[in-house]
Amino acid sequence: MNSDRNRQWHDWWRGGEVFVWLNATAVAICLVAVVGVILLLLVRGSAHFWPASIIAADYAVRGEPAETVIGQIRDRETVSLEQLTGSGIELASSARQVERILLQVGHREESGEDFRWLVVPWLQQLRYPSKLMLVERREWGNLYGYLRGLGTATEQLSLTADLAETDPAEEELLWRAFQRSIARARAIDARIEALKLDQITDLNYQLEQLRRRQLAAVADNRKAVDKTGLERELAARRSELVRAYEELQNRLEQYYREIGEDSFQVLLSSGEIVTEPVANVIRAYRPNALGFVGRLRVAGNRLWEFLSSQPREANTEGGVFPAIFGTVLMVLLMTVLVTPLGILAAVYLREYATQGLVTRSIRIAVNNLAGVPSIVYGLFGLGFFVYTLGGSIDQLFYSEVLPAPTFGAPGLFWAALTLALLTLPVVIVATEEGLARLPQSLRDASFALGATRLQTVFWVVLPAASPAMMTGMILAVARAAGEVAPLMLVGVVKFAPVLPVDGNFPFLHLERQFMHLGFHIYDVGLQSPNTEAARPLVYATALLLLAVIVALNLTAIRIRNRLREQYKANDL
Amino acid sequence: MVMTRPTVAQSEVSALRARRTAGNSLPRDQWLDRLGEWLITLGGFSVIVAVLLIAFYLVYKVVPLFQPAGIELKADFPTPLPGAGASLYLSSDEYLEAGFRLTASGELIFFSLTNGSPLHVDRVSLPPGAHISSLAVDPESDGLLALGLNNGSVVLLRPRYELHFEQQQRRVSPVVDYPYGGDALEFAAGEDLQALAVREDKDGVTLVAQAASGLIMGRVKKSAAPGARPDLRVIPWQLPALPLASKLLLSTDKRWLALLDARGQLHAALLEPVEYFRGVSVHPASGPVVDIDWTSGGQSLLSLGENGIATQWFLLRDAAPGSNRLQLTPVRDFGAAGAGGQQLAAESQRKGFASLDKSGFVSLFNTTAQSHLLRRQLTDTAVTRVALSPRADAMLVEAADGRLAVWEIDNQHPEVAWSTLWRKVWYEGYPEPEYVWQSSAASVSVEPKLSLVPLVFGTLKAALYAMLIAVPLALGGAIFTAYFMAPAMRARVKPLIELMEALPTVILGLLAGLWLAPILESQIVGVFLLLLILPLIILLAALGWHLLPPAVSARIPQGWQAAFMVPVIVLVGWLCFTLSPVFERGLFGGDFVAWLTQDLGVRFDQRNALVVGIAMGFAIIPTIFSIVEDAIFSVPRHLTQGALALGARPWQALSQVVLPMASPAIFSALMIGFGRAVGETMIVLMATGNTPIMDFNLFEGMRTLAANIAMEIPEAEVDSTHYRVLFLGGFVLFAMTFVFNTVAELMRQRLLSKYRSL
Repeated sequence: MNSDRNRQWHDWWRGGEVFVWLNATAVAICLVAVVGVILLLLVRGSAHFWPASIIAADYAVRGEPAETVIGQIRDRETVSLEQLTGSGIELASSARQVERILLQVGHREESGEDFRWLVVPWLQQLRYPSKLMLVERREWGNLYGYLRGLGTATEQLSLTADLAETDPAEEELLWRAFQRSIARARAIDARIEALKLDQITDLNYQLEQLRRRQLAAVADNRKAVDKTGLERELAARRSELVRAYEELQNRLEQYYREIGEDSFQVLLSSGEIVTEPVANVIRAYRPNALGFVGRLRVAGNRLWEFLSSQPREANTEGGVFPAIFGTVLMVLLMTVLVTPLGILAAVYLREYATQGLVTRSIRIAVNNLAGVPSIVYGLFGLGFFVYTLGGSIDQLFYSEVLPAPTFGAPGLFWAALTLALLTLPVVIVATEEGLARLPQSLRDASFALGATRLQTVFWVVLPAASPAMMTGMILAVARAAGEVAPLMLVGVVKFAPVLPVDGNFPFLHLERQFMHLGFHIYDVGLQSPNTEAARPLVYATALLLLAVIVALNLTAIRIRNRLREQYKANDL
Repeated sequence: MVMTRPTVAQSEVSALRARRTAGNSLPRDQWLDRLGEWLITLGGFSVIVAVLLIAFYLVYKVVPLFQPAGIELKADFPTPLPGAGASLYLSSDEYLEAGFRLTASGELIFFSLTNGSPLHVDRVSLPPGAHISSLAVDPESDGLLALGLNNGSVVLLRPRYELHFEQQQRRVSPVVDYPYGGDALEFAAGEDLQALAVREDKDGVTLVAQAASGLIMGRVKKSAAPGARPDLRVIPWQLPALPLASKLLLSTDKRWLALLDARGQLHAALLEPVEYFRGVSVHPASGPVVDIDWTSGGQSLLSLGENGIATQWFLLRDAAPGSNRLQLTPVRDFGAAGAGGQQLAAESQRKGFASLDKSGFVSLFNTTAQSHLLRRQLTDTAVTRVALSPRADAMLVEAADGRLAVWEIDNQHPEVAWSTLWRKVWYEGYPEPEYVWQSSAASVSVEPKLSLVPLVFGTLKAALYAMLIAVPLALGGAIFTAYFMAPAMRARVKPLIELMEALPTVILGLLAGLWLAPILESQIVGVFLLLLILPLIILLAALGWHLLPPAVSARIPQGWQAAFMVPVIVLVGWLCFTLSPVFERGLFGGDFVAWLTQDLGVRFDQRNALVVGIAMGFAIIPTIFSIVEDAIFSVPRHLTQGALALGARPWQALSQVVLPMASPAIFSALMIGFGRAVGETMIVLMATGNTPIMDFNLFEGMRTLAANIAMEIPEAEVDSTHYRVLFLGGFVLFAMTFVFNTVAELMRQRLLSKYRSL
């Protein structure tokens, strides 16, 4: 009986049911990991936009008088008592575990710190006053407090410092006036930005062109043509530009004066009232007073700012528009470069080259190159494209501004070319597979009809293989959009003051450095001086990058599917 | 196989036929065809060549590192102003335009290095009857010269080259500076200064001299008021009896003194504190020493023996326990015994030197690499003196027959050799030979440490930990998905796991560095707990399934075990992390990290190999998963059906039939996954501290080849040694992945032929 049961167990073990479960667990872990990572990104990324409630509480460190703290909870964690003691906090508590919160208290110019870790047992009288406001500022981060006054060119409004005695109607009036003042400041600011972006950039560009012409004239000392005439002309043009520049500067100053007129007063958690310029305010809102729709509106507002504006405060605030633009432009440029080249190589390998040992080894080599680390491509791009090719281009065409490099420095074109090289094997392999899958009868039919080989390739083979080419392109785009390491060597910068596309000839400036979402994540997440403050923005950027990649992929997949439909076999 | 035939192509073809029957433009079509063939061949071939160019370019950038040094004659002319006598000292400017020589009679002659014509002649104002009997130079201080006179006084001067730019042309005009006044400063009244050492700092100059009465040390302070006469104050100094010096050298920090006596013995003395003197006499193996010099930076001493062998010495603590004495230790020998040594000339910006022997042979060495770069006889006649230019790209050779030659040296990368890249090297200031990567030196005097071993080690460490995590998950996952999973679930699971591949590694690196690393630091016990509990749970799940009454288990559809395990895993994970503090308090006194570092002495970094392993494991799971899954799924079904028909259980059919069939693909997948882990940059860059250490410790970080390139290449000067060594690192990376991928490809082809035979 006993041995019978033993055998039964033995059989069960030999049958491998346990191993099946082991493998099932592996799948489950993978699934949990993937879904977990995506959920984590979603939650953390969208938290950047959602206006959390502002808390006010009394914080009493043992043995010290209580102080009022105001801020938004950014993180919470449970720590053991030992760890707390290790960091110098003595807590008389019977609990083994203590919760603590990371509170964003703002007003960085005062303490230098945006955040404070607070131990929850010491927090008392937690409350959510509806009048508490959050002021997002251009500099020094957020400000939390109660609005107490507003001074404009025409009116002076102020409330008592005592919150209990404030007349709600008056307070509402003040709040409306404050919002109007912010709206006015933002409108002037938009004008300033437009002026800077369009006209001053233009003027700077023209001045730079003038400088180049002048340098070229100086360098060209062999031709003794009418140099004084040219110089006089250039000087005249120059003074004209400088005059225009000064005029613009005057207008700017006028705007700056206007925008600097208004100021507001805030009652801070410390009890003091500070006066701040309205010009510095991006937006102000009272999250505790907002309902779901109101918060959604603020979140939408912040999302739009994130997508459409320039970064602020050393990239830790504001938008990532230049990075989105740079990423998409670079990927498009890369696609334009890699697709024809990859298809050309694949068509040669499959349709023209004699199949033999050489083509086979080329095929293996190309296949292998798909596995070469991207940083090696970056190295090649830097050494060969930037320094060798770019240096030669500078020697030939831009010698007047040397030693300042034009193409001899990392830039958009080199980045796109490097990534094109990186993804070339992918396109070649995918296209080749597609070509190989086409039945020979198709080509034979074409030949039998008297078509030449070129005609066959162009009108028969390539259209039929286009879904495969699209697959190659999709894979290339997917790989290129997420690639950061090689870009760090060949053209990405943490902050580019101008976009690579603007209204000045030749409109697309291939030599310019650009911003990139992936590099933005790396730089802001790990290299910025204030990583804690930048963290929500980094997660939001990561989420955005993921969205861009998924969007690029989905677009390409849809194009492929449409092509597939178009060239679907109508049954042989 | 479904045949595809394009409808559009059909209509085009019929259009072509229509044109052909019309009978026109046939030659044009053929001409176009010829042109097209030619263009496509050219284009396709050049694209492929361009792709393959990468390997060649890397090699092209690396090769100059290993090229031998060369030397060639650039100019040869009669010694300028030969009447002034032989040179006591020779030097040149950085751009190889002007040379300088100083003669015993005090003539200071600048001359052109192209034709030897004098450019500027000056003369040291010597007191009547005095002549120069010794000379010292401070190479760290723009070549300040101290001349010791036979009347006991010292003259300080500095030959200097002013640069002018006229019409974009560089012009060098030499001058002699007397930063401490042109007059001789009295040092040891009336005594002949037979040897002299000098070091300048920002406040003044320290001098050590051998006078008839013994060694004396003095200090000249820079005068506050311009034009005021500086005075030389002799520091009273108690010294043990040391032999009479024929050459003296003072270290940069003025802490120790090297002394060469008339019999060729080397002595070192520690001058700290100044009053205290401790002498160490050394008798080098190379026989009596004829010349000594500092390596650049003054960190170690070079000696040239009478038999022509040069030796490098470090001042090191005595290895014997308890003894803390500093000892002058011979570290390396250079060259072979031959004709007698005559003179040493150290490079001023690199750790290299030249030696001259009595038969006129000149040798070039590098101390770090212990390499003999060049040995050549430059002239038939006896050579009186050689000197290296500041950048060590030229050598001035003064021959006894009254001629002076300028030789151009091509020696770009002497510090790189097989031994410095791959072996332990005994660096200056280190107690023993070690593998070190430390490329960004604070100053030129610090030896570049370019060992690739810590980087390759770090690369393999990261990849191995990643594989440790990825392989079980990916293989297990692929096996279950391909073989056991219900088709409905498989259709969802496979794209989901492959979606992981599209996840940019920079995002994974961000999550690893900012989110995972702090969590792991505080919840590390929970992770180990999970690893312990999980097998138990799996066993329980399998048992529970087995023990279910057949009536129940028959109703549950097959192949959904993974879906069942998902909530279990989430639950178990949550449980482990909740219980982690309890265990941490019970077993490790409440703080695992403190326990680890204090009780076990294991170092702990927040961003460590575990974090990298998990993050990079996550990144390579989809790579391995999709290859293995495809391979297992495409094993012909009739094989497993046969096995099942013979009575095998599903797992037995899988392990005995399917897995052996798919094993080449599995191996190939592992290779490709490993190759990917080796080359991954962003995750490692963001999730480790990037310190190049050599330790397999799970709780410490590493620096990989790829991350190293990403960090350092933007700052490396183009075509410098550092730049080329980084390219070499890239080449090593390229070679590693190329090998892995080629093996994988060959395996894949084997698998294909295997399937074809079925």
